[in-house]
Amino acid sequence: MADLDVFRQQTRAWLEENCPQSMRTPQRADNDACWGGRKFTFASEDQKLWLERMAARGWTAPDWPTEYGGGGLSQQEHKVLREEMARINARPPLSSFGVWMIGPAILKVGSEELKRQHLPPIVRGEIRWCQGYSEPGAGSDLAGLQTRAEDHGDHFIVNGQKIWTSYADKADWMFCLVRTNPDAKKQLGISLVLFDMTTPGVSTRPIKLISGSSPFCETFLDNVRVEKSQVVGEINAGWTIAKYLLTHEREMIGGMGRTAAGQKTLPQIAVDAVGLEDGKLADGMLRGELATWDLDAAAFALTAERVLDEAKAGQGVGAASAMLKYYGTELNKRRQELMVALHGSDGLLWEGEASREGAIARNWLRSKGNSIEGGTTEVQLNVIARNILGLQ
Amino acid sequence: MAALVLNEEQQMLKDAAKRFLSESAPVSQLRALRDNRDETGFSRELWQSMVEMGFVGTLIPEALGGAQFGYVGMGQVSEQAGRNLSASPLISTAIGGVAALLLAGSSEQQQALLPQVAEGSLLLALAIDEAPRHAPNRVATRLQVADGGYLLNGRKTFVVDGHVADKLIVSARSEGAEADQAGISLLLVDRNAPGVNVERIIMADSRNAAIVSFDNVKVASGDLLGEAGNAWAALELTLDVVNAQLAGELLGLSLEVFERTVAYLQERKQFGVTLSTFQALQHRCAHLFSELELVKSAVLKAQMALDAGDAEAAQWVSLAKAKACEVAELATNEAVQMHGGMGMTDEFDIGLFMKRARSVQTLFGDYRYHANRFAALRGY
Ligand SMILES: Cc1cc2nc3c(=O)[nH]c(=O)nc-3n(C[C@H](O)[C@H](O)[C@H](O)COP(=O)(O)OP(=O)(O)OC[C@H]3O[C@@H](n4cnc5c(N)ncnc54)[C@H](O)[C@@H]3O)c2cc1C
Ligand SMILES: Cc1cc2nc3c(=O)[nH]c(=O)nc-3n(C[C@H](O)[C@H](O)[C@H](O)COP(=O)(O)OP(=O)(O)OC[C@H]3O[C@@H](n4cnc5c(N)ncnc54)[C@H](O)[C@@H]3O)c2cc1C
Repeated sequence: MADLDVFRQQTRAWLEENCPQSMRTPQRADNDACWGGRKFTFASEDQKLWLERMAARGWTAPDWPTEYGGGGLSQQEHKVLREEMARINARPPLSSFGVWMIGPAILKVGSEELKRQHLPPIVRGEIRWCQGYSEPGAGSDLAGLQTRAEDHGDHFIVNGQKIWTSYADKADWMFCLVRTNPDAKKQLGISLVLFDMTTPGVSTRPIKLISGSSPFCETFLDNVRVEKSQVVGEINAGWTIAKYLLTHEREMIGGMGRTAAGQKTLPQIAVDAVGLEDGKLADGMLRGELATWDLDAAAFALTAERVLDEAKAGQGVGAASAMLKYYGTELNKRRQELMVALHGSDGLLWEGEASREGAIARNWLRSKGNSIEGGTTEVQLNVIARNILGLQ
Repeated sequence: MAALVLNEEQQMLKDAAKRFLSESAPVSQLRALRDNRDETGFSRELWQSMVEMGFVGTLIPEALGGAQFGYVGMGQVSEQAGRNLSASPLISTAIGGVAALLLAGSSEQQQALLPQVAEGSLLLALAIDEAPRHAPNRVATRLQVADGGYLLNGRKTFVVDGHVADKLIVSARSEGAEADQAGISLLLVDRNAPGVNVERIIMADSRNAAIVSFDNVKVASGDLLGEAGNAWAALELTLDVVNAQLAGELLGLSLEVFERTVAYLQERKQFGVTLSTFQALQHRCAHLFSELELVKSAVLKAQMALDAGDAEAAQWVSLAKAKACEVAELATNEAVQMHGGMGMTDEFDIGLFMKRARSVQTLFGDYRYHANRFAALRGY
């Protein structure tokens, strides 16, 4: 038997034994997710157990090297693990900006010291991270950021304001873009620094969203001391690293419209809500709109797969992440619009016992941010037009 | 699951088709055929070269003189035929005809006919639809038992290359009501057989089709493909094979027209700058680029699913054809618009791409047909 088949069998058996039953149901709301960190309260014993068991094998970060606590899996083994988890509808053991974003950057360009300090706690879900990029005056034009880091020999003193910092009030550490050289061309004077959110001078204020929740904050930085050892990569080379990170983020956000394993597809939900007539969805116009969406969603899922396959084969377009981000987020917004529409007035329930926490309406509203966060739709279209098509 | 990338052989076939068709069957050839009102509608010499290149036998088993490169392999030829608007009986003969023989024919029929196709001496055409909108189950053409054989009566439309095909592959009803899937037969009919009347029609894309009528045409029982009244499954699969290739042709055509448009925007100046600097145009191109990426994936998946005998191949084919139709329509419309007045001229090739696109979109089911089929196959 091929090694990969052996790995599959062992993985299947291990998951069967170690994934608690309650972790094999679809994740419905945001607070079903396990974010970890110092301030996190587990929703259940099972959730905690599932994280600990997976973290012990490094499978919260399956493809990171084992020396930093990762799983050390090859791409193929990682794929097998994903497939086997999907097979039993296992929830992700950990949702983490550490695993998705800053970890890969530290692995790529960070010092050995930073790797040893930060990667293992990320794998174990002990430290939760937030992303301090955007500022009131620097959104799409991120390179225009103004937060200043003044050189004080072995450390910087940071002053400025960040905004839209997702989960800043719940996070333990921030990875933050700061201006370390105000005289250089704007992209060339930026560094990526790390600091603990309990450092004196760091304060946060939650911002409430149209969906009613407060997942992000204004973050104020008032004479915050940051050690130079906490600079990721070279000083003044932060923009390149940030762009690399954005690529990761875009691919991740672009994937949000996809139906997770074990979840009902949108057409199945529509059939439940609207019913069939002669084997066809009873509302003909809705059926047509749904088919249009379903075709796009199926072709998009294949495209995400193809981009991965091409990357593995060493082919493919470089700026694919912009396309995936653009199309994936627009697709998810369409999905959420259809979810509200096919549920009629139930789709707009907000509070009260019958409302199931207003999940349909709140997810619909939250999805509007998908085409803004991580670089807007228009910015992605600019990237495609300029970098891929050479239109300028 | 197999990776969604071409293997080395398929990539080589793609490169060969690209080189060959852009040199030997470019858009200018179609233009010349049109302007000279060519009787055949394609160059027989080209067809012979396509035989020598092995393209014609791509789907035919090696033992019967073909290259047996599969549907993904043929897809590479179709895509390049789309890019160059190459006029040839590829769809009617090498794809549709061969698929029908492979999927419905007996081994005697395959052995008798496929080597002739592979060497270029036999042209075939599918005679399926009877009304302007594709509906393969709507078969009024009747096949009646008559002294040791059959009699065929009825009328078929949009028979691509029907005016030159040596043999027609015809769907006809042995039993049942007009729209039933059960009761349909597939059969071979010589174009020159008594009672067959072929009227050539020229379509907007300058390619050929025919209206074919059958008046008491005698059919020998050996010319039936499969059992009488039992051909629906093979017919459906044949159409899936053809649609996966039509989707490939649409993909190639859309990519070509898109690239030409992007190049035009980079050249043409207005307001003292090139058109490529206008964000209103940039964003539309970026959107179209993204849609084309989706079509590439859907087309490759459909052809791979057919090669693999995937039980869900029908779904993947309808996905591919639907998306390819939708995006070809967008790509050709945007191309004309972004070329401004030039896009409206006959001298510019852009209009030829638009006309070919609509023809391929319409053949064997457009966006609506395949979106509807996709939804039905997915249970809603
Ligand atoms: C849910 C959510 C979570 C977020 N989380 C984080 C986080 O954790 N950390 C963080 O740092 N940031 C975060 N952000 C911020 C996000 O990155 C910014 O909102 C985004 O980059 C856009 O910036 P802006 O809001 O200033 O909009 P602007 O840049 O002011 O844009 C306004 C509009 O103008 C358009 N526009 C701007 N420039 C162009 C152009 N050149 N061409 C055409 N159109 C243009 C935009 O597309 C947009 O439609 C989050 C945002 C959201 C919505
Ligand atoms: C059927 C027909 C009849 C006509 N009859 C006449 C006539 O009788 N008399 C006459 O004088 N002219 C006539 N015209 C010409 C017509 O007015 C021009 O074709 C039209 O003004 C567009 O100019 P253009 O063809 O040079 O395209 P271009 O200006 O080159 O435009 C090409 C593309 O770029 C886009 N574009 C250009 N500038 C911008 C911008 N700033 N921002 C965003 N997009 C831009 C355009 O919208 C178009 O999609 C006719 C044209 C047609 C098609």
